[in-house]
This record gives sequence, structure tokens and C-alpha cells, in this order.
Amino acid sequence: MSTDSATQGLSDLDTGPGRLSHRLDTVELAASTPDDEQPFAELGLEADEYARIRDILGRRPTTAELAMYSVMWSEHCSYKSSKVHLRRFGDLPPSDALLVGIGENAGVVDVGDGYAVTFKVESHNHPSYVEPYQGAATGVGGIVRDILTMGARPVAVMDSLRFGRADAPDTARVLPGVVAGVGGYGNCLGLPNIGGELLFDDCYVGNPLVNALCVGVMRHEDVRLAKAEGVGNKVILFGARTGGDGIGGVSVLASETFDAEGPAKRPSVQVGDPFTEKLLIEACLEIFAADLVTGIQDLGGAGLSCATSELASAGTGGMHVDLDTVPLRDSTLTPAEILMSESQERMCAIVEPDKVDAFLAVCRKWDVLATVIGEVTDGDRLTVDWHGERIVDVPPRTVAHEGPVYERPMARPADLDALQADDPAALPRPQTPEELTAHWLAVVASPDGADKSWVTEQYDRYVRGNTVLAQPDDAGVVRIDEQTHRGIALALDGNGRYARLDPYTGAQLNLAEAYRNVAVSGARPLAVTNCLNFGSPEEPEVMWQFAETVRGLADACRTLGLPVTGGNVSLYNQTGDVPINPTPVIGVLGVHEDVRRRVPTGWRTAGETVLLLGETKPEFGGSAWASVVHGHLGGRPPAVDLEAERALGELLAALSRQGLVGSAHDLADGGLAQALAESALRYGVGARLGLSGDPFPALFSESAARAVVTTSDPEAVRTAAEAAGVTVTELGTTGGDVLAVEGVGELPLAGLRAAWSATLPALFGSPEATVGRVPAGTVPTS
Amino acid sequence: MRIGVITFPGSLDDVDAVRAVRLAGAESVPLWHAEHDLEGVDAVVLPGGFSYGDYLRAGAIAARAPIMQDVVDRARQGMPVLGICNGFQVLCEAGLLPGALTRNGHLHFRNRDQALRIERADTAWTHDYATGQRIVVPVKNGEGRYVAAPADLDRIEGEGRVVVRYVDGNPNGSMRDIAGVTSEDGRVVGLMPHPEHAVEDLTGPSTDGLGFFTSVVTAMVAA
Repeated sequence: MSTDSATQGLSDLDTGPGRLSHRLDTVELAASTPDDEQPFAELGLEADEYARIRDILGRRPTTAELAMYSVMWSEHCSYKSSKVHLRRFGDLPPSDALLVGIGENAGVVDVGDGYAVTFKVESHNHPSYVEPYQGAATGVGGIVRDILTMGARPVAVMDSLRFGRADAPDTARVLPGVVAGVGGYGNCLGLPNIGGELLFDDCYVGNPLVNALCVGVMRHEDVRLAKAEGVGNKVILFGARTGGDGIGGVSVLASETFDAEGPAKRPSVQVGDPFTEKLLIEACLEIFAADLVTGIQDLGGAGLSCATSELASAGTGGMHVDLDTVPLRDSTLTPAEILMSESQERMCAIVEPDKVDAFLAVCRKWDVLATVIGEVTDGDRLTVDWHGERIVDVPPRTVAHEGPVYERPMARPADLDALQADDPAALPRPQTPEELTAHWLAVVASPDGADKSWVTEQYDRYVRGNTVLAQPDDAGVVRIDEQTHRGIALALDGNGRYARLDPYTGAQLNLAEAYRNVAVSGARPLAVTNCLNFGSPEEPEVMWQFAETVRGLADACRTLGLPVTGGNVSLYNQTGDVPINPTPVIGVLGVHEDVRRRVPTGWRTAGETVLLLGETKPEFGGSAWASVVHGHLGGRPPAVDLEAERALGELLAALSRQGLVGSAHDLADGGLAQALAESALRYGVGARLGLSGDPFPALFSESAARAVVTTSDPEAVRTAAEAAGVTVTELGTTGGDVLAVEGVGELPLAGLRAAWSATLPALFGSPEATVGRVPAGTVPTS
Repeated sequence: MRIGVITFPGSLDDVDAVRAVRLAGAESVPLWHAEHDLEGVDAVVLPGGFSYGDYLRAGAIAARAPIMQDVVDRARQGMPVLGICNGFQVLCEAGLLPGALTRNGHLHFRNRDQALRIERADTAWTHDYATGQRIVVPVKNGEGRYVAAPADLDRIEGEGRVVVRYVDGNPNGSMRDIAGVTSEDGRVVGLMPHPEHAVEDLTGPSTDGLGFFTSVVTAMVAA
């Protein structure tokens, strides 16, 4: 029995003891019983939204129609609060690189040589809080299907994770499950995990962020779109059977704020089966190759309601579905529940009648269940029958694309002036070499700065054999052609502290960081995706943060000439009246003409000159130092200089092309202190360095548009940098097993590594310790 | 020299095995689990992955696939067979290799670059190495803990059937650090680590894994 209110409401209507008991709620019945009360509020609809549905239909909706509208008009599916702001991305100047823009399942970018790449990042925050393993697993599954739907072979995934304070009890519950879920699903699917983020902050207690990215590759001519065209073409549902999992996931889970007293929402979380998804991927790619579909859509949030209405709405408009033909896992499901179910690993295809047999044969080969459930019709109605009786008769556009749009009130947060005035310049700074090294170690060993192997060792980064760089490198780099060595680079970044202090600047800094991370690998940045994680849109201060973020991001994309290819919005990330820090997670895709020229982040060779590119200013607002050492968040984030970012990016690409640098590492959270430690620890090669002037800002400032490179030809790098207008500062030489900084001290790499790598195992358990406890000689009892 | 690479539902590293076969100078032949046809190949690789989602037990369902009857028959006549990770699990489930692979001791999936010692350099798949040679290849598994009854372990060790052993740390709690074993005739080899992920400098931690594939090519040419 489900205790979920949405399910309860529907069950009562269709089969429960109410007035409509044991009677199917048909269109005919709805027309003759206009005054029957309906549980629209339990389904997440507002009174005026319900009134609008009645207006559109000229009668009350049937139970099944109400179910469809409720999920499709949810915040998650309709973007009703964010739409008016997101238009800024669509208003960016057209880009030659963009083959398919915003509006499809994912944008498609031309990466040269006839290759197209599609990538997107999506949130699965609320389900991951309720049921960490399945929530995270199905987050990966969902984004992979979005990429597959475009006609592409998925080739890699990334994950951007945020949890409450690392030692908070709930973090110990949520984090291990989320990591195991991301790994369990992605590993079983055969997709390398090439990077991401893991960050902790008090504001994510009760609101973890689980954002998953997938990237896929195809040839230009293979791009597929989600539309139902051609009267008489068949609608085929294929993949897993439909069950009772995930009913109302988008409306009940993703579009509401949790409160402590509410019922457990676990029944609204879907359950994943990566094995079925792997078969689905291979079957789809074979189906695409044989040109057997005219349109395709995956079933994710809002399930069949979404797939059928979106396909029909984007096509010629008419579709008929016989819902009783849908294969079920649970034969007691009501029609409304079938329409709302978010059972995973399902796809919906539009197939010409003479290709149906070939389509079904491919599915049989891969043991994928496939069923013809309807066909494309003339006219402009989406109709659904249940055992011959009509239960849905709606204009599909009103369900899929013409949902409510809100201009929510906005207000600059009342505490923002005080927050910005609380300048970290006033914080006590380390004075002695001992204090400087102590702060350095504290930043590097903090949960945000620490070694992430505890997480990433649970992910397969090798499968498919094309992973050129993966975490802990700044960007993931994947080869897409073994003959030409063409490849792509991807980075995901989203600093919520900067965005809290100034959402406009914070969004731009996050974009700049992802751009820089792609550039240090030697790639040319090409396109942007985003996942915008915010509190409740019903709070004017959150709405202001959201609007500022979109404005900042759109302005920066315009300056850098990068198109936004799509994205995802996750609202209602708040507990009670405390929203999370605004957290725009930005993904940047770059292209490598030759991945053999990729630049790793770690120092590999002794005797190379270490150079700092870019200018360091005393900027500590939102910095890791202020947060780790003083628990402080205030002031203004570092200044943004997009022209400087562009100059640095172009310089790094040129240095990579000419083979002039042995390593390159972007400077971001933790500034130079963090970057030096990571570069040295990667391969265990130290350095002797000198910092001119005050070592404190040199180490801990988070000024943007900076990178550290190593080279065996410093003069050539200096010449190239000067020509590009990028400031160069020589820091010293690589080599040895200590990180030695004049006037600061010597950090032996062994000690640094011990501190850096001990943090996460100490918090979440050490696998080594468990191995040690396995009794020798134990025999499985079968 | 033609080497077959079998794809089961849920095989993942088949593309990697195909690449490794090609880089070793052999022709790769894709084989399908549901057929009874080895297409006259000279050797077979069972790739890594999660055949049938690792449902029931890892490798248990794939071991009963139609093509496995042919693999078992030919292996008993001396055809070289290499099982990597899930392929190793399949070979144990099919009775071609002794022991079993169980859930890692620490219960986590574990992916890392792993040091191994070649214990036998005279099998069909390890000719090109030297006994005692240290190599580094990726290991990645959730159910890679090699187990057998103590008496069986003693026998396996006594017969010299341990082909590779973990050194510098045991990633999954395998008994006696066993990473891979061979059949009595040294023609069938199974191992949990992934030599096919260490065949190119660009994408692997080393090219140490290529030797498994060149070994069988050398062995077949010499035969």
C-alpha cells in the first residue's frame, strides 16, 4: 500500500470507496458530472491552474487527464517559475557550433569532422535525499536516456555532488548511498565517469544536490528528434514494464519543499535497473543505424504523460493510445497511475508501419520488451482509451508546451548588504611560517579540498577505452575517433558560496572556472550546459537570486561567444524557510583536435619551471580559506574579467598545441595553495618555489583567470603569454619530495598526502580496514 | 590469427577487448552469446562487464549461454580462452577454472591502477612476460574477491595454477592475493584485473596489459 498522498487521491477516485467507486472515469462521465470534486491540490495543482484545465477542456478533466496535467504542469516539467528568465539563453546570438538548440532533450554541438556531441546535466536532488542509492542511480539513468534519445551513443558521465557538513549525521546516511548509486548504475551501464565535484556545506543538510551529466557522440546525420509525425505511424513503447514506482515523482517530490511532519515519500522514488538500460542503449543504437524510427522520446519525469504529449505536441498534433496494451509489472495499477508512473528504462518511438516488424526484431535480439500501444492520428487531439472507453481527450500542446507561466515576485535578499559588508579582509591572517603552513594543510585536508579517491574509486573510469583524462584532472577528456585522435573535454563547476554573495558574479565565476578547466586540458571551449539548483521560487529572495544567476550566465556566454545548449532547473531545495545557497552548476564542453596534445594537471617531471599565469589580487570573499579557517562567508566574490579568461584560455590552447607545457592546473577554490598541493601529489613530484611579496594572498587569494603551468621552455611560454597579454610570474622548479616555499616552509609530500587522503576515509569508512577484517580462509557457504 | 570476443547481454568491455586484439596484431571476430558458432576462431576472449546485470550471481547466467557449450568443448581440446573480470566469473561458473569470485571484502566497487606479479609466464596468455615480472593494469570490480576452500587453494598453488597475484595491496580481499588462475593445461586463463585497459599510453596507466594479447598471437603462430 502506498502512503503517498497523490496515489491515495487517485486510487480513491478510480476504485476507492468514494462516489466514483468502481466506475471508470471516462470523458463521457466527466462531461455529465461537472461538479464532482477532484483532488487537484493533493496532486500539486493550484486552484487557478485547475480552473484553467477546466477552461481548456470545456468540462472537468477525467481522473486520467487530471493526472497528466498535474505532472506536466509541475514545476519540474513545465519550468513555470523559471521560463520567463530562461528566455535569456534563447536570446543569445546564434552559434555556428549549435546543431540543435534548447527545447529538445539535449542540445547538439558540432565538434568537427562530421561529429556531433550532445551533453546535458540534470538534477536528481529530491529523490536522492529520500532514497540515496536509487535516487542517484536513476538520476544517471535519466540523463543517459536523454542523450540516447538524440541519436547519440552515450560515452561518458560526470557527477556534481553536494552534501551537508561532512560530519553531519545525515551526510553519513546520504553520501555513501548516493556515491554507490551513481557508481552502481553508471558502472553497470558501461559508461566511464570522467569527473565532477564533491563539496560540503551546512546549507545542503536535508537538501543534497545530485547533478548528473552525460555526453554522447554521433554523426551529424544521425541526430534524432522527439516528434510524432506521419498519420498511421505506430507508437511503440519499449524497455521495462510499467510499475507503481515513481508515481508523482515530478510533482510531489521535485516540486515541493520537504517538511519534517509530512509522510514518507519513498514510494515516489523510482527504482533503477541498469542492465535493462544497457540493453535499451544497444537496441536503440541498432534501431537508429537501420533508420527504423521517425521520432523518439525517453520516459523520465512524468512518464507516459510526458512522452505521449510531447511527441504529439512537437509533431502534427494527433495521437491515439490504447493504454490497456501497456505491459505492467503490477496489474492493479489504475489508468491514471500508468500515465503518471516514472518506472525507469522505458522509451517511446514513432515507427512507420512497414518498419514495425524490423523494429520488433531488433528489440527481440536484445531481449527488450516492445509493444505497439497506439498510432499517430490526423487532427490535433491526444486520445487515450482504456479497454475501449475514452479516458483522455486533450489538445497535447496544452499539456506539454502551454503550461502555466509565472512571473514570480522578486526581492533582493534583505541580508545581502550586511553579508557583502562583512569583508574577510578583517579576518585574522596567518602571520608566521608555522601559521601559514597550518592554514595550508587545513585547506588541503578540508573535506572540500581533500583527495576524492574514496568516491571516484567506486566509479569505472576506463570502460570503452577512450578516457584520456579523468578526475583528479581539471577536465575529463574523451577520445571520439581513434584514427584522427579528435576528442572532447568536459568540466562541471558550481561554487555556491560565490553565488550566495553575488548571484550575478557567482554564475559568471562558475562559468569561468569550467571554461578554464576545459582550457587547461588544452581544449577549445565550445558550448555550455547548466543545472540551476535553488530554493523555493515562491520566496521572492530566491527568485531574485535565480533571475540574477540567469542574467549573469547569459551575459558571460554572450561575451565569451558560447551558446547555452540546454539545462535543467531544480527548485524547492530548501528545508522549512531556509533555502540552499544558489548553486548554478555549469558544464562547459570543449574540443580537442588531437587528444594526444592533452595537458594533465599533475607534475610528472623534475626540473620543469613552474609559472603562474594571470594576476593575483587580495580576494578572499567566499574563499576556501575564509570558510575552512574561520567558518566565514561574507564580502564580495572575486572579480570577473571574461576578457582575461578568454586570453588565458586561448594561451593555454596554444601552449598545448605547441607542446610547450608539461602540466597545467586551474586556480579556483583554495587558490594557489590547493593547486600546488594537487599538482605535486598527483605523481609525487615536489617543487622549490618562491613567492614575491606577501605569501598570504599569493597562497590563498581566489582571483579568477589564473593557472599554474610547468614547462621545460620558460622563455617560449613567457613570450607567448606576453603576446597574449597574460601576466607571467616565475615561481620555481619541480623536483624532490617536498613542496618548499621560501618564507613559508617545507611540506614533505608524504605528510601532505597523509593529511589530504585521510579525510574522506575517516569520515565515511576506510575500505582497507574492512578488507583487513576478512577472515583468512573463509569459504562462501554458497 | 583470429580471436573471437563474445558479447553477452550486459558485456561492457567487449569494445576494449576488440581493440586490444587488434593492437596485438590479430583479427578480432565478434561472437554473439545466443549462437552456437565460434566461426572457426583460434582463441576466445570473454570480456568484462555485468552480463545479465550480475543478477543471480556474477557470471552465472552467461555461463549457461548457448555459445558457452562450444567454448567449453573447444577449451577442453586446448583452444586458448581468456576471461577478464566478468569473463573470469563466467569461466569459474562454467567449471573451466577453479574457485569463485565473491563480493569485495570492503563491499565497495573498486577501480584503481593495480600492481600485479606474473607468477606463470608459460601459459597461452602470458608467454610474453617473465616470471616474477611486475606490471600495472587497472582493476575495477565489485565482486572480485577470489575464494576457494583451503585444500583447493593449496592444490591450486601446488599445481602452479596461480597466474597473477596482487602486489602492493589487495584491492578486494582475494585469498592469497590471487588475481588470476589458469587451467591445468595453461590454455584457459581468467583474471579480475583488466589488461585490455592498459594497451595504449594515451588511455591506460601503462601498456603492460598488451602482453596477454600478444602472448596468444605468438603462441598460435609458434604452434
